[in-house]
Amino acid sequence: MSKVHVTTSVNGDEVEFLADPRETLLDCLRDHIGLTGSKEGCGTGDCGACSVTLDGTLVCSCLVLGVEADGKRVETIEGMADGAELHPLQRKFIEHAALQCGFCTPGILVAAKKLLETNPNPTEEEVRYWLAGNLCRCTGYDKIIRAVMDAAAELRQEAA
Amino acid sequence: MAKDEFKEFKLVGTRPDRPDGLDKVTGRARYGADISAPGMLWAAVLRSPHAHARIVKIDTSKAEALTGVKAVITRADFPTGLTGEDWNLQENTMAGERALYDGHAVAAVAATSKLRAEEAVRLIEVEYEVLPHVIDVDDAIKPDAPVIREGAADATVPEGMPPNVVRYMEFGRGDVEAGFAEADLVMEKTYKTEATHQGYIEPHACMGQLGADGKGEMWVCTQGQWFIRKMCTAVLGLETAQLRVTPSEIGGGFGGKTTIFMEPLSLALSKKAGGKPVKLVMSRSDVLRATGPTASASMDVKIGMKKDGTITGARAEFRMQGGAFPGSPVDMALYCAFAPYKLTNVEHVGYDVLANRPKCAAYRAPGSPMGAFAVESLLDEMCRELDVDPLDMRLKNAVREGDTASYGPKYGSIGLVETLEATKAHPNLSIPLGPNQGRGIAAGYWFNHNGETSVSMAISEDGTAQVSVGTPDIGGSRASIALMTAETLGIPYEDVRVNVVETGALGVNEPTHGSRATFASGKAAVIAAGHAITEMCKRAANEWGIDPEAVEWVDGAAQPAGDNAGKFPPMSIAEIAGKMGSTGGPISGHHESVPEGVGASFGCHVVDVEVDPETGRTTILRYLVVQDAGRAIHPAYVEGQYQGGAAQGIGWALNEAYIYGDDGRLQNTVFLDYRVPVASDLPMIDTVIVEVPNPGHPYGVRGVGETGITPPLPAIANAIQEATGARLCELPMSPPKVLAAIKAKGG
Repeated sequence: MSKVHVTTSVNGDEVEFLADPRETLLDCLRDHIGLTGSKEGCGTGDCGACSVTLDGTLVCSCLVLGVEADGKRVETIEGMADGAELHPLQRKFIEHAALQCGFCTPGILVAAKKLLETNPNPTEEEVRYWLAGNLCRCTGYDKIIRAVMDAAAELRQEAA
Repeated sequence: MAKDEFKEFKLVGTRPDRPDGLDKVTGRARYGADISAPGMLWAAVLRSPHAHARIVKIDTSKAEALTGVKAVITRADFPTGLTGEDWNLQENTMAGERALYDGHAVAAVAATSKLRAEEAVRLIEVEYEVLPHVIDVDDAIKPDAPVIREGAADATVPEGMPPNVVRYMEFGRGDVEAGFAEADLVMEKTYKTEATHQGYIEPHACMGQLGADGKGEMWVCTQGQWFIRKMCTAVLGLETAQLRVTPSEIGGGFGGKTTIFMEPLSLALSKKAGGKPVKLVMSRSDVLRATGPTASASMDVKIGMKKDGTITGARAEFRMQGGAFPGSPVDMALYCAFAPYKLTNVEHVGYDVLANRPKCAAYRAPGSPMGAFAVESLLDEMCRELDVDPLDMRLKNAVREGDTASYGPKYGSIGLVETLEATKAHPNLSIPLGPNQGRGIAAGYWFNHNGETSVSMAISEDGTAQVSVGTPDIGGSRASIALMTAETLGIPYEDVRVNVVETGALGVNEPTHGSRATFASGKAAVIAAGHAITEMCKRAANEWGIDPEAVEWVDGAAQPAGDNAGKFPPMSIAEIAGKMGSTGGPISGHHESVPEGVGASFGCHVVDVEVDPETGRTTILRYLVVQDAGRAIHPAYVEGQYQGGAAQGIGWALNEAYIYGDDGRLQNTVFLDYRVPVASDLPMIDTVIVEVPNPGHPYGVRGVGETGITPPLPAIANAIQEATGARLCELPMSPPKVLAAIKAKGG
């Protein structure tokens, strides 16, 4: 199948690649651009390990075709920190031991960041339902929820 | 109670950031599928659509003719003549004469792209002769069941047993019949648990390279790089030392990544493709269909109890299928079933049975959750019947140091009584419950494995330290090992770097399994650091011109041991390290052993549930884990093990199960259908870390990783009975089953 030239923006950088029309955005990020922070845990949109934002919308990049990213803005885990400065969510995840194996962590961080942009003051229940599409098999979610709530509190304080 | 209250250590018991945290929150950490190499090919695997079928013919010609295809392999490309577990591993890696389960690999392809490899696999033509199959363990043990494999039974199986029984065991002591005769109440019930999958979010992935000279390399997500090396080389007929295996970061394992499934395929394809590296990544459906779930079980338990709660006799007969190969954890299930209780009359009988399912692998405390489901459920019912408090009953019968375990050996220092007492004192137990709510309690047990362990520690020129360990870090073991090493050396935590190294760098290490990484690699690291300290004291003594015996190590520096030794200012680790080149060369410590002194861990869980009487849906309202850690080196990651184990147990209890169609095909091969607990399913999980130090470890460590998955199964069943009056003896306790049980009792 002939490949399609795709021009997109990934974490603010202009990126071009040739995509087979059958390839997912996740495949393109990982195999063509070398951004392996987004993970494939299922390939069916159930686990959320591949979460990225596409023009600001939270998506499972395994359910988006690479060619669909043409002309759009993609944000991945690799763009979350501001240079050497971690996003508060990233800091809080380390501080709260909110990761064990760390495989689901990039997707959860991307999803949680979108939550806090949408709702800066979520309840525990809101955090749990927002992250219900991101599977973690190691932690039982307890420390993840605490880290997100704590990061939310810090961000609110910064904003105030 | 919290570990943080210990004052005798500077670092042990604190909660610093884990050393690999930054890599893991930025996406930099490299897992199994995250590596590529020049000239790399992609592999894809063709799998059997049948549960049991003779492979009449495989035609690979069309696949081979496709542009970009560099190698196609079938079983014909593997060496012959293997025996025992090596043959099992080879047969499971690639089917021989017969496909033994839905998803069994029958051929594999390497091509220039992933899509091309997948296209090629679809061009392979396989002619199957479908054979009768059997899935359920109680069906598989019938005398007239379809025979999975002639001659698979080992010497333990007596003459005349059904053909799919491949291992048989019976052990015990005392006289159970006399024990039952002594009891005021004797109850007997049958329980069933379905297979569940470890459900690690990272699918198996590797990149293998093998030359015609028999030398190879592999990058792989695994719990144990030496196991991968040994198993791959055995399956492919290679010399073990010629394969170098580097572990990637690992995206969860829970026992499922202690063995091989498809790794030899990448090596065999690489060799056939002229030594090009070959990357092979499983899909989720491959993971569920063809990698080790746990066993399914059918269990009879009979217990006798006096009015005061004393257990007078106990008998367990467990039947477990672990797929088409021997190896279900029926032995471990029996060892753990009555482990919390002091028994004089106890009897165990176990059957390991073959069925047309994938080869089971270890899953967190293998066998223990099933046995606990049966035993702890029955004990709870008996407590209700006799109106005995379930915690008091457990305390009355609890094993203590010096008692003989139900499975034979004498317990050393254990913390069951302390765990039960801490449970009893917890405020969660006095929270009032509302209508349709119930509280369940259950205990659980798991061992602490030692295993081959080799660790090297080296002091750097600036006095910082590196530790090379062979146990992959799944849940924070770099942090715990760095804490113990730093504590021993008397240097800051940040001055220690723990590296998980490849097979070429150390002697043989068993995997991160059996709750052993912090115990075994940690103990070896502490001993290795001790060797380095001895050497550094010697260097200082030489410089001071005093006897090395007269030097002691305090707070990261050598100093004369008392005034008689001489008056010299302390010589810091940095000072000693800075001149190592002129004082005798590199300073390091090394230790290898099968470390003695393992510390088993008991736990007790309390769960509050609410059951919707209209739908049968169970909601977990609150959850408490109390468990003996010996000593928590990094309490946050100990809590993490408790919480993670509980969550997996909750999934197993309420929702997870392998569902097969009548055709023997697995029906739920994606996460949408094999539904593990999500964040909105669970409450916060409260933890209490009990610390009864293990005298066999320099810092008192017990293995904590596995016990936590054991009590949830019965604890939730017990809570559901209290909430509804209905007793569930079969997992999962999904809404339809709970509703049916409520209706059956006329509720």
